[in-house]
Parts: sequence; C-alpha cells; structure tokens
Amino acid sequence: MILDDFFTRALLAGIGMAIVAGPLGCFVIWRKLAYFGDTLAHSGLLGVTIGFILNIDLSLSVFVISGIIALLLIVLQKKTKLAGDALLGLLAHSSLAIGLVFIAILTTIRFDLMGLLVGDILSVTINDIIIIWLGGSLILLVLFYIWKSLFAATVSYDLAKAEGMNPDVSNYIFTVILAGIIAISIKMIGVLLITGLLLIPPAMSRNFSNSPIQMMFFSIIGGILSVVIGLFCSLELNTPSGPSIIVASLMLFIISLFFKKGMTIVQKSKI
Amino acid sequence: MKKNKPLVKLNNAGVYRDEKWLVKGISLEINKKEIVTLIGPNGSGKTTTGKLILDILQPDEGSVSLNTKQIAYVPQKINIDWAIPLRVIDFMNITSKLDKSKIIQSLELTGVDHLIYKNLLNLSGGEFQRVMIARSIAKQPELLILDEPVQGVDFNGEIKLYNLIKEISDKLKCGILLISHDIHFVMSSTDHVICLNGHVCCSGTPNDVAKNPAYIELFGETAASAISLYRHDHNHTHNQDGSISK
Repeated sequence: MILDDFFTRALLAGIGMAIVAGPLGCFVIWRKLAYFGDTLAHSGLLGVTIGFILNIDLSLSVFVISGIIALLLIVLQKKTKLAGDALLGLLAHSSLAIGLVFIAILTTIRFDLMGLLVGDILSVTINDIIIIWLGGSLILLVLFYIWKSLFAATVSYDLAKAEGMNPDVSNYIFTVILAGIIAISIKMIGVLLITGLLLIPPAMSRNFSNSPIQMMFFSIIGGILSVVIGLFCSLELNTPSGPSIIVASLMLFIISLFFKKGMTIVQKSKI
Repeated sequence: MKKNKPLVKLNNAGVYRDEKWLVKGISLEINKKEIVTLIGPNGSGKTTTGKLILDILQPDEGSVSLNTKQIAYVPQKINIDWAIPLRVIDFMNITSKLDKSKIIQSLELTGVDHLIYKNLLNLSGGEFQRVMIARSIAKQPELLILDEPVQGVDFNGEIKLYNLIKEISDKLKCGILLISHDIHFVMSSTDHVICLNGHVCCSGTPNDVAKNPAYIELFGETAASAISLYRHDHNHTHNQDGSISK
C-alpha cells in the first residue's frame, strides 16, 4: 500500500498541516499574535509530558494544555497591568521549563527531546495522518464559521462590536483553534518551529495578495510548496525534516520580496 | 417624532476606568429622524459616550437601552495594519454583505467611487473618512453614529459631507449621533445639542445651548465669539448651502 511508504505519509501529513496553517497563520499575522502562537507552542511541550504521564493521546493533551494556557493568557491580560509581551514571555518560558523539568523527572520514559523541539515528520503514522486531516478539517470548519466576525474584529474591534458582531466570542474560539493546530502539528514540526510554519507562508503571501481571501489562498499554496520542497531536500540531503520545511518557506519568502519589488516597478511604469 | 420608543436611551450612565469617571450622569435619547450632536473639549468623554451607546463599553452606573440592531458606526480612528490586504470593496462588506450597486451608489455620494478597488493603505486620510461614511450609508442603518466624521477632509468637502449627513437623515429616517467639535455645523442642522464635559454640561436646541452660560463658560471667550460669528453668518451659510446643493 502506498501509505506504507514513510515518505508518502510525511507528505500527506505535511500537506494537511500546511492547508490548515495557511488561513490560521494569516490571522496570526493580522492580529499580531506571533508571540502568542509561540507561547502556545512552548506550552505544547508541557502538554506532551502530561500526555505521557497520564498515558493519553499526545495531540489531545497538547490541545488541552495549550487551550488552557491560551484562555489563562486572555484572562490575565485583562486582569494584570503587565505588558502583553512580558506576560506571554512569562507563560511561554515557564511552561517550557516545567515541561523540561517533568521530562527530566520521568526517567522511566525514553524521550526524543530533539524530536519534540523540531519535530519528526518522517515518523508519522497513519493514525497521525487521520488526526491531522480530521482535526484540520474541523479547525477550518470552525474558522469558516467565525470568519466574518473574526475578520471584522481584526480590522476594528470597535466597529465589529458596534455593528452587532461578537468579537469576544470569536476571539476565544480562534485562540482555541490555534491551540488545535499546534496540537495536531507538534509531532510533525516541533514546538520551536510551529510558529514558523504559521507565519512564514502568510508573510510571503502578503507580497502577492490584494485581498484577504487571496492572502489565505497563497498562504496555503506557499505552505504546501514549503512542505514538498523541504521534505525532498530532507530526503536528498539527509537534513532534519522540520527545519528543512521552514528553510524552504524562508526561501519562498525571499523570492516573494523580489516579486513584490518587480510588481512595484511594473505598476510605476504603468503610471 | 416621539411616538415610538427612542432608538437609544441613556439614563444617568457613567463609565469608571482606572480610578476615575470618564463620563458620569449622562442622560440622553436619540429618536428616528433626529440628529443629535455631541460637542465638548478634548477628553470630555464624547467618544466614550458614543461607545457607551454602541455597547462597546458597558456602563458602571446607570443604564443604556439600545432598541435597534441596524447600527452603523464611523469610529474616530481605525488603524489598519499593513499585513491586512484590504481593498475599499472588502472594507465596505466587512460587517455585512452589501449589494454591489448599493456600495457603488454610496461611494458616489461621498465622491470616492473611483477608489473602489484601491487598497485602503493607499488612501489619504480624507479619502478614508469618505469611504467610512459611504460604508455607514450603504448599510442603511436605523442608528448612525459618526465620531468626528470629517476629520482630514478638505474644507469644501466638509460642507458637502455635512449636507450629505443631513440628507441621509431625511432619506433613511434614521437617528444620527454626530460627535463633532465643529460648532458651525452644530448650529445649522442639528435638532438637539449636548454639550459634554465629563457630564452633560448643557443641552437643548442649538439656540438654547448657544445662549447657555455654561456653554460659554466651557468654551471660553473664543467660543462666545464663535457663536456671534455663527449668528452673524447664519443666513449667509444658508445661501451658500443653497448654491452648493443645487
């Protein structure tokens, strides 16, 4: 069977991940949540260790822990006067540290720490693929459902709220689905690199796009290309797969900068 | 005019933030077909009052009852991040999907229909204000809240837009809350003026307010002369209005 091939499995998992990461990543950039995504990803390590301790599915435990951290963060942001980024750093690094401490205590379980940090897409199982595609579809479905109000609130919270949308609710839901994508992709790309996959394709895509929908579409394309190029390079050059995917997406981003420059020149010459 | 329930009614409402009252004891109502203007110095709570009406802020005392869901808002300021690629047409549809013909029509009314496929980032301050006003018109609201809607608009455009706002209130029969420091317009087309300085300092018809000592005290000597200026060229303005809206 074709899925017996580890490389095919990796491709399937990676492409699924990229399709979900594109639209979500656009919102992460638009809402300036890059560091927020990082914090959730770091807390994912804690989620993994707790999953091991309680012997439950890792995606599930990561989802729950990241979700809790995310909601905690929103509550703390409203309650304390500490600046948002300081608060994020506090939660990101303390949850990462707690995760690492737990790993050290759990000497009975053999951990591939490097795998958790940068991911190991080549070891995905069919089960993982099912989780990615099912979980990913669910995430996109939810995003589609809250899209209008989330986007309006992204442009202007006041406007969205005044004109009868529900920006607070969509904000909470978005945070939860962000925890969701981290949960389904942590095994593939690792806690340190997830935010890269969320951010770089949309950042590239912005240079081609004229409307929000376009930007999401190109983000997906960029993400898929990054996964495919990254994985092939990883296979050929025997480099770690997660970092290779991110490096590929960075290359695409750099190319997009030149493209943008070219567009500006074309536009100017038209005038 | 007051047969129906008011569109919005504030009863002694106040907002308390960071250990002080931003506004306190605000009572007002806006009815259909009515233009209510809020004036007051910087920091007097004009925008806060607007947000209170719109349920963006909740009152810490008193009550706010909003009796319509068809609301359009022109906020004082929107900062759109470069990362969001947003054309005028996308922005028009942002809180509800509108008919394209309606969008074009209202952009024509504010004189910016040629910008429909432009990115918002490439618009000047005045053009962006016109787009925001057009968007609020296209929504055909029952209640329209405009917070300093003509900021950055050139002088001629300003008069035209104010006339347009007046026209809209006649045509859509909606209630309008106008937040402005433009005393001139306040005096010419408003039904009700509320002069704000953390609390309602005085209110009434434009003429009542202009005569009110509290108003003169709040705005000082300059305002007193502004009023006399207004009285002086009131007829004159009407003539000019006529020639503009021919």
